[in-house]
Amino acid sequence: MPAPWRPTSPAGSIESWPLADRIGFRLAWAAGVSLCLVAGSIVVYMAVQGLQYLDLGLLFESPQADLDQSKSGGYLDPLVGTVVLTILGTLLAVPLGVATAIWLSEYARPAWLARAVESGVEVVAGTPTIVLAIFGLLVFQRELFSFLSFTAQGDAVFGRSFFIAGTMMSLIALPLVVGATREALQAVPGHVREASYALGKTKAATIRRVLLPAARPGIGTGAALGMGRIAGDTAIVIILLGASLKLDEAGSAPILGDLKGTGSTLTSYVYVNSPAGEGNAPEKAYAAAFVLLLIVIALNYSIDRIAKGRGLPAWTR
Amino acid sequence: MPPPIRRIITEREATVVDPPRQNGQPPASYVPLGAGGPGSIQRPEPSEVEKVERMRSEGVTITYDSKPAVKAVSLRVRQGEVLALIGPSGCGKTTMLRSFNRLVELTPSATRTGVISLDGQDIDTLEVTGLRRRVSMVFQQPNPFPMSVFDNIAYALRQQGSGRPSQEELAPAVTDALERAGLWDEVAEALDHPALRLSGGQQQRLCIARALAAQPEVLLLDEPCSALDPRSTQVIEDLILRLRDEVAIVIVTHNMQQALRIADHVGFMYLGELVEYGPADQVFGAPHEERTREYVGGAFG
Repeated sequence: MPAPWRPTSPAGSIESWPLADRIGFRLAWAAGVSLCLVAGSIVVYMAVQGLQYLDLGLLFESPQADLDQSKSGGYLDPLVGTVVLTILGTLLAVPLGVATAIWLSEYARPAWLARAVESGVEVVAGTPTIVLAIFGLLVFQRELFSFLSFTAQGDAVFGRSFFIAGTMMSLIALPLVVGATREALQAVPGHVREASYALGKTKAATIRRVLLPAARPGIGTGAALGMGRIAGDTAIVIILLGASLKLDEAGSAPILGDLKGTGSTLTSYVYVNSPAGEGNAPEKAYAAAFVLLLIVIALNYSIDRIAKGRGLPAWTR
Repeated sequence: MPPPIRRIITEREATVVDPPRQNGQPPASYVPLGAGGPGSIQRPEPSEVEKVERMRSEGVTITYDSKPAVKAVSLRVRQGEVLALIGPSGCGKTTMLRSFNRLVELTPSATRTGVISLDGQDIDTLEVTGLRRRVSMVFQQPNPFPMSVFDNIAYALRQQGSGRPSQEELAPAVTDALERAGLWDEVAEALDHPALRLSGGQQQRLCIARALAAQPEVLLLDEPCSALDPRSTQVIEDLILRLRDEVAIVIVTHNMQQALRIADHVGFMYLGELVEYGPADQVFGAPHEERTREYVGGAFG
């Protein structure tokens, strides 16, 4: 009987590699593992710190201005603020982003305009959010936009509200939606478009009924990525959402008033309560940070589910 | 009696496994490949319906930029028979096929001269979406849309600007199209399943059903079997022979055996020219042109 056949690695055993390759391999391995350790320690450390101070009651309690930390309330308002701002920003970014992606992928004529739109998206993607925030303040303090925020005595437009912060937040999500949608559209083979034209369909019908359904997972991925970025951004919140920890409505209209008003998010709450901010209540900052981390991790997990779970349709080549 | 299937396992004696059976009988669809002996190809019986000319091309020349792909091709497409366009890769047969429903216009660099007519009308004077509903096409790759089986057919049925007919209104036409494409029995229970979950052969028959749904007069097939296994190919070839009485069929194929099995008329193209065009028996059996003889020479050998 011959010895049983065993599969060998196509690369051979590592001991036979030249020294430089062995060092390179170990470095690549170490880089991956250390990144894993960093991620793990963030989650574990925040979990330990957060769970220690996490009091479920705080999730349903509004923050109060009180020097006594036991009376300064919870972070219901920042939590609501994060959710509202994320939804608002995503609602604005998805239609705009999908429309831009469709134009770039399916029309893109004239070519110079397509190039200009492409670089425009890249500029928006590359702009630091603090710059976006300052720019937003400049724009939205104009009289023209007075309907978006509350107006102080002497007709000074405040220029800070959920509407305004949400609008600028949508610019963070926009490039992600454009990118993911465009990629999904370009993954649809040309002969699928032609099959639709060959049935006597117009380009518009093809886009609406064939390409958009095919791109839906891509759009979902882009939207989820954008939501994660919006939920995690601080600069725009601090500059454009007003400095009130509590939701502060402007006007009496039920929902519009809240959106026109100011508030806070978990990020600004963490910042304000951290030792760097004015509250100096690190235990609350830790707990809120842990909640924020959970939200963002959940979003990332849902991205994976969207991208892998249902997946892009399995086009036959 | 179908031949047994041999499964080869090294270090052991060959095991012989019987073909799959239902109630002790091989399934009705089981036809052993190559029945009738190796090398023999069954030619189709000519159709009994009257041949009606549906499309005609007169001196059609198509160029990509300035490179000619099709040179002065004149053809007749008749209902009641299958026209096969054969020839080596890059000879212009697909370009010719795509000009029948003006799909070639989607290529920005393409220009066409010459006249193509459908039932005596110049196709350039017809509204292009209307033309494509009358002259539909099936592609090389099965390409169902990412929606349910039902919606794939319904999509072809819904006309632009005609409102949205309900599922119940569309159901008879969807059933009819699937029946004509010989797919109904396999998907009747799964109309709401995603079409992309069907097998390759089923997907291609779905594409044929989709192309038939709007009751076209001409069906263009661009190498419809090249991505399929022999069994699916056979099913689709039987389907083509059944359909030729109702619609005029043009098929582009690389596979000369396939042309032999299903074509009534054959056009042989080479470097953009239509070298020979005539009844299949003549083109394969007694070609007039030397180039045709050389090309089809392998078909029988």
